[in-house]
Amino acid sequence: MNNNTTTAAELLALVREQNSTLPEVMLRRERELNETPPELVYEKLRVAYGIMRQAVEDSLREPGRTMGGLIGGEAIKLQKHREAGKNLCGETVSRAICYAMGVLEVSASMGLIVAAPTAGASGVLPGVLIALQQQYDLPDEKMLDALLVASAVGVVVAENSGISGAAGGCQAEVGTASAMAAAAAVYLMDGSAEQCFAAAGLAIQNLLGLVCDPIAGLVEAPCQARNAAGASNALVSAELVLAGVPEVIPFDEVVEAAREVGHALPESLRETALGGIAATPTARRLAEKTGCGGCHGCG
Amino acid sequence: MSTGIFDIIGPNMIGPSSSHTAGALRIAYLAGRLIHGGAKRVEFTLYGSFAHTYRGHGTDRALLAGVMGFAPDDLRIRDSHRIAEERGLQYSFHIDTATQTPHPNTVGITLWGADGVPVHVTGVSVGGGSVRLRELDGVEIDLSGDYDTIVVKQHDKPGVVAFITRTLSESGVNIAFMRLYRENRGKLAYTIVEADQAIHRETVRTIFEHPDIVAARRITPREESER
Repeated sequence: MNNNTTTAAELLALVREQNSTLPEVMLRRERELNETPPELVYEKLRVAYGIMRQAVEDSLREPGRTMGGLIGGEAIKLQKHREAGKNLCGETVSRAICYAMGVLEVSASMGLIVAAPTAGASGVLPGVLIALQQQYDLPDEKMLDALLVASAVGVVVAENSGISGAAGGCQAEVGTASAMAAAAAVYLMDGSAEQCFAAAGLAIQNLLGLVCDPIAGLVEAPCQARNAAGASNALVSAELVLAGVPEVIPFDEVVEAAREVGHALPESLRETALGGIAATPTARRLAEKTGCGGCHGCG
Repeated sequence: MSTGIFDIIGPNMIGPSSSHTAGALRIAYLAGRLIHGGAKRVEFTLYGSFAHTYRGHGTDRALLAGVMGFAPDDLRIRDSHRIAEERGLQYSFHIDTATQTPHPNTVGITLWGADGVPVHVTGVSVGGGSVRLRELDGVEIDLSGDYDTIVVKQHDKPGVVAFITRTLSESGVNIAFMRLYRENRGKLAYTIVEADQAIHRETVRTIFEHPDIVAARRITPREESER
């Protein structure tokens, strides 16, 4: 059996045929693809998760001094808000959005992050994972397996649609990150492999068509808040599936739809800073201040 | 090539942008490796989106860090201007918003080593931190830096390319891709070999000792720092 699989259907078939789990299937696939033994995969995942956690901690210690100055200090505000008991969202969602915002702040301040799957969407997965680990007191080993589940979703999207905002809009970046986080959340709550992909599919459907329109071409706003939205959407999608809401459209078909929608987006809404929020009068004024007049192809 | 786990959970990098920060660093890293003994002076010309948004993406800091050989996840990228000054690396940045380049994220880099002979490259950041060198001293090339690579500058004479490939195979290196680029017939040419295995220093020296070879530089892929 070939482990170099690129669709959810194939991965799920391997889980059934080999009577194994999604993390195990991903480990075998990686060994076949890149000759990386499982011990080394786990070692690298431990480093990645450590970077994610450190980024969250850094964002809560002091406000990020971002390159463009459009954002900074949001994670601390959210943390204080929650600690004062004023949070509208429940504890898990409240933490997830706080941490997601924080990681983006660190990234925008030239801090160390894990592009998962991209730098622009780097807050979503750590936000969801770290919030769940804290709320449910989960061991680190399980978090690394959740990263493997997330990677399975990311691989399928990358192979069959794409993960760059320039090609597919924000749905390809935050949409994919949200799907990865949704699958990871289901896994952490002991859902099945099928449920992982079902939640991932819902997460993408909910963000289908989301445009990429960064103010002044910088990965700051509206990117940061969209990371929070991606994190909360992941938890919403996971909860729907875990509650038994059925998957109507299989994941592979959702990814194909996302690919088509991405291609249908005009160039002005694909990371060029020429349309959407980036084209508003206020955004244009901000762009002049940061030295970017709006042009093609950044991000 | 199929997407692996760490194409998705990674790269580990200094933000904010895979194309404008991590990608810019990788272009400059490749350029820096072409200079024997390291660059003493470097001039960058930023085009397109690089020219418009370099400051907000730390592109200038990443470029300098790359020339100095830093990895994309090295926190010193933030302070690369100061570190370059401490190391005596002279640098300047030129912003060219007028010239139209085929790719929006393009940078031209001229480097001088101890021998004072300038080397010029043009690189593009194509997304997700991936890059290509498109030009080397006026010759159109295509180099990704994803593999162990040797870049050879040679006199365009019979037997030189055969010598390069023989030397590589005798040292146990399997060639993944090989391309030959010429300035003019019978004058100077470049051979770029991307290999599956690490190319050892001794192998590069053996190639360099051939009388018709002007320069030979190896490039090892720059991934993440050890931590």
